[in-house]
Amino acid sequence: MTSYVGSRVEGLGGTARRVLFYLLLALGALGFLLPFMYMLSTAFKGSRELFDVNLIPREPTLDHFKAVFTQIPVWRALFNSAFVYLLQTASVLIFSSIVGYALSRLQFFGREFIFNVILLTMMIPGQLLLIPLYVLVVNFGWTDSYQGLIVPGMISAFGIFMFRQNFKTIPQELIDAARVDGASELTILFRIIWPLSAPVLITVGIFTFMGGWNDFLWPSLVNRDINFQTLTQMVTLYGIGGQAGGQAGAVMASSLIAVLPMVVVYLVFQRYYLQGIAGTGVKG
Amino acid sequence: MSAPGQLAGALSPRRTWRGIRRSNPVGYLFVLPYVLFFAVFIAYPFGFAFFLTLHNWNIVRPEKPFVGTRNFEILFSDPLFWKALANTAVFLAVHIPLQIVIALVLAVILNQPLRARGLFRTAYFLPFVTSGAIVSLVWLRLYADDGLLNQALSSLGLGSVGWLSDPRVAMPSIAIMATWKNVGYYLMIFLASLQAIPSQLYEESYINGANAWQRFRYITFPMLNPAFILVVVLSTIGGFSLFVEPFVMTGGGPLDATLSLVLYLYQQAFQFLRMGYAATIGVVLALLIFVVTLIQRRFLEREVGY
Repeated sequence: MTSYVGSRVEGLGGTARRVLFYLLLALGALGFLLPFMYMLSTAFKGSRELFDVNLIPREPTLDHFKAVFTQIPVWRALFNSAFVYLLQTASVLIFSSIVGYALSRLQFFGREFIFNVILLTMMIPGQLLLIPLYVLVVNFGWTDSYQGLIVPGMISAFGIFMFRQNFKTIPQELIDAARVDGASELTILFRIIWPLSAPVLITVGIFTFMGGWNDFLWPSLVNRDINFQTLTQMVTLYGIGGQAGGQAGAVMASSLIAVLPMVVVYLVFQRYYLQGIAGTGVKG
Repeated sequence: MSAPGQLAGALSPRRTWRGIRRSNPVGYLFVLPYVLFFAVFIAYPFGFAFFLTLHNWNIVRPEKPFVGTRNFEILFSDPLFWKALANTAVFLAVHIPLQIVIALVLAVILNQPLRARGLFRTAYFLPFVTSGAIVSLVWLRLYADDGLLNQALSSLGLGSVGWLSDPRVAMPSIAIMATWKNVGYYLMIFLASLQAIPSQLYEESYINGANAWQRFRYITFPMLNPAFILVVVLSTIGGFSLFVEPFVMTGGGPLDATLSLVLYLYQQAFQFLRMGYAATIGVVLALLIFVVTLIQRRFLEREVGY
C-alpha cells in the first residue's frame, strides 16, 4: 500500500482524507445504483405499495411478471435478440479478424490506404447514414426480417481496428513456422492467432453484442412486426405505448428482464470492458 | 496519416503496377469482404444521403423531383431546426461540465490505494452497459411529477420540480440522466490515463517540494490532456446524437424544449415521410459534429512535454 507516492507523506491528514474519499465513493455508488434499485423494487411491489418510497417490498409479488408474459411475447423477443446479435457478433469476429489479419500481417499494395479509409469511416456519424440505410433495407425487402438487423452490422470498423492493433504484437516466428509447415493464411489466423488473442476477441465480441442488444432506434425502424422485434425494442414500446396501461410495476418488471442479460454479461466479463475502453480510448 | 503519400503512389502507374505485383494476393482476398461491405453499406448510403438532400421524396412513390438547394434553404429558416440546435446547446452546457467534474473526481479517488475500489468501479459502470431506451423508462418514473425524486424532495420540505414537465428544466433533466448513463465510461478513460502517468514524475515533484494542488495542476492535469479532449469530443458527439432519451421520456416536449436534432430528423423521415428534408438534417448534423469537434480539438490540445 505504501508504494503509492500520493499518500506517503500525508500522515494524520491521510485518515481524514480517506474517510472523505469513501464518503464520496459511497455517495456516488448510491446515485448510480438508485435507479436500478427502484426498478428492482417496483417490479416486485404489489399495487397497494407501488408508489410508496420503501425499497424493500413489504408483500413481494410476481404479478407484474405474469402480466408482462401474458401481454407481450417476451420469450419470442428474447430468442430474436439472442439469435440476431449472436449471429452478428460471430460474423463481426470472423470477418473483422480476417481483415485485421490482412492489414497487420500480409504485405500488399494499398494496405495503408485501406486502413485509413476504415479509420475515416469510424468518423461518419450514424445519423448521416440512417435514412439511406433504411431505404436500402426497404429496397432489399429486408423489413420485418432478421437480415435487416444482422447484415448492416456484419463487419465493424471498431473490430478491424482492435484486431489489427493486437495481431501486430504476435511474434512473426510463429507465423513463419506455420508457413514453413504449409499452413494456409486462414489456418494461421484461426489456429495460431485466434488462440493467442482471446482477450481482444472477447472484448470486441461483448461490445458488438452489447451494442446490438441495447439498440432501440434501428430495430424500431426495420421491424414493426411483433414476431421480429428485439427484446429492448419490444419492452421499450410496451413501456411507452398503451399496452402496459400505465402500470409502473409491469413496465419495471419488463425493463428488468431486458436489462438483466447485459448486467450478467458485464459482471462476468468485467475486465474485458476496461480493456476495450483502454484500447480504443487512450491509445487510439 | 500516410494517405496523401499513398495517393501519390497510386497515381504513378508504373509504381502501382510494381507494388501490386510484389503484393501477397491473399491480402486482397482477405480485405475483399470489407470492400464489398463498404461499397454497399457505407459508400453507397453516404452518396445517397447527399443525393437525397437535393431532392424531395416521400419514399412511398418512386418520383424524386430535383429541388436544388431548397431543402437547405427551408432548413435554415425552420424555427424547429434552430430550436433543436439551441436545445442541443443547453444539453451540452449541462452535460459536458457535469460529466468531466464527476468523472475526474471519481477517477482521481479510484486511483488511490483504497479497499473495495473494484466494487465501486463496478457500480459506476453499470448504467453504461444497460440500454438507454430501457433506463429512460426507469428515469421517466423517477422524474414524474409524483415520482420518487419529487417525493424525496417534498419529504425534505423542498417542494417539487417539474423535471420533465417544466420547459426550462426538461432538457437539463435529460442531460443529468445522460450523464448518469455515460459517466462510468468517461471515468474509465480518465482512470486508464491516470494509471499511465509515470510515477517518477510524482517522485521528482516531492523532492522539489510541490504540494498536492501543484502536483495536480502541473503533472496530473497536463498529462490528462489527451483523455480530456477525448471526453469532451465524445460527449459532444453524444449530445448531437441525442435521441432515445427524449423519444422515450418526453417525445420532444414540453413546448419542444427537448426536441433534439436526431429526434427532429426521425419525425421528418418517419412521421412526415420527408426523406429529402430528413437527409438534409442528417448531412447538416454530420457537418456540425465535424466542425464543432475540430474547433474543440484546436482549442484544447496542449503539447504534453515532460
